[in-house]
Amino acid sequence: MIATLEQKKNITAASADRKPVLFRISRVQKDTHDTFTIDLEPPKGGFYFEPGQFNMLYLHGVGEVPISICGDPSAHDKLIHTIRAVGTVTKAMQKLKKGDLLGVRGPFGTNWPAEESAGSDILIIAGGIGLPPLRPSIYHVLANREKYGKVVLLYGTRTPKDILYRKELEQWRARFDMEVHVTVDRAAGDWHGNVGVVTTLISRSHFDPSSTVAMLVGPEVMMRFTVLELQKRGIEPDNIYISMERNMKCGTGFCGHCQYGPTFICKDGPVYPYPAIKDVFVKREI
Amino acid sequence: MMESLEPLLAEHPFLKGLDPRHTQIITGCASNVRFDTGQIIFREGEEANQFYIIRQGKVALQIYTPGRGSIIIDTLTEGEVLGWSWLIPPYQWRFDAVASELTRAIALDGKCLRNKCEADHDLGYELLKRFSSIVDQRLESTRIRLLDIYDSNP
Repeated sequence: MIATLEQKKNITAASADRKPVLFRISRVQKDTHDTFTIDLEPPKGGFYFEPGQFNMLYLHGVGEVPISICGDPSAHDKLIHTIRAVGTVTKAMQKLKKGDLLGVRGPFGTNWPAEESAGSDILIIAGGIGLPPLRPSIYHVLANREKYGKVVLLYGTRTPKDILYRKELEQWRARFDMEVHVTVDRAAGDWHGNVGVVTTLISRSHFDPSSTVAMLVGPEVMMRFTVLELQKRGIEPDNIYISMERNMKCGTGFCGHCQYGPTFICKDGPVYPYPAIKDVFVKREI
Repeated sequence: MMESLEPLLAEHPFLKGLDPRHTQIITGCASNVRFDTGQIIFREGEEANQFYIIRQGKVALQIYTPGRGSIIIDTLTEGEVLGWSWLIPPYQWRFDAVASELTRAIALDGKCLRNKCEADHDLGYELLKRFSSIVDQRLESTRIRLLDIYDSNP
């Protein structure tokens, strides 16, 4: 059974502290030319989160940004974030090294229906930097593989150089119990993978539309077309989940920066069942 | 005895649900083909007298650009159709097609099929509807990619 939006609200960041706690960086890894991954050591007691949730990461003297948690939800001794260096704060974070400190508030927001989807086929669709927020779900599903039907991951990026988590993608692709398709928007002649928009992979994948839960993250245009394609394939809107992104500040629904129609993405999202946002999803300037 | 391609064509997503009479007509223009990895299927500018129903494998559609070499603009795989230039004058390929891996397909003789479509407009209309749907999907895919949605500074 799939959780409703109300049920989801109950597992939001009620326990999240509003003051940043300092975490020490245990590893920094460059993933692509503009993307990097930071591993943090949680203070005593470990860090607990649900797949799909995010943290507010605070760099002293620079600012704070919302970043999805992308590590294994069952590994409480390590907190992992993959970050794209696009603004002042994230570009400054790119210069951090092992041993530096980073402020953390969270976890915030709703989660993917990983538990609730037991018994269903799982279709995970990521575009660009949308793969990190979905990775905890993939870990969860693979750790409990026997509970799910078919598991399919579709991932689209700009070029082969922008592909994240290459080693893991290869490991997942090598599994007999998971289908992985990667596509890029453009590539030179020596690329042996797919070229084309991620929606084209949907018709190439094997899942039972009547019993599939789809989880999507990517640019909104990509998600709009993906939802149309999923519905064309016969997936019920109730079984489509989307993670939204806006300018999140407080993380607790007070400041209003991330208002999305009648909801606040930081506390009612970022993960929404599609029917909950269907009406605002296609509205302009929201 | 050689096995007929008719059941294979009837089961392919592109032709599925077609009137059996039309499938039978199309089978008369069909032949089995196989391309090894790296094999060129056709080149830009060549006469386009065939199209391919891919049964297995992957094909890269490429365009050669001076200074940048070959750029892949699309890939096609099992269950998809390669080529519609045989339908539209001057019947010349606009891109190169290269097998990215071992590819098995059914080649359909475009000239033969054009004649049969002229003689049987119901068949012609049915095929055009199916090709229009493919053109629509590829146009949509191209338009989305034109937006460069994964750019960090869109």
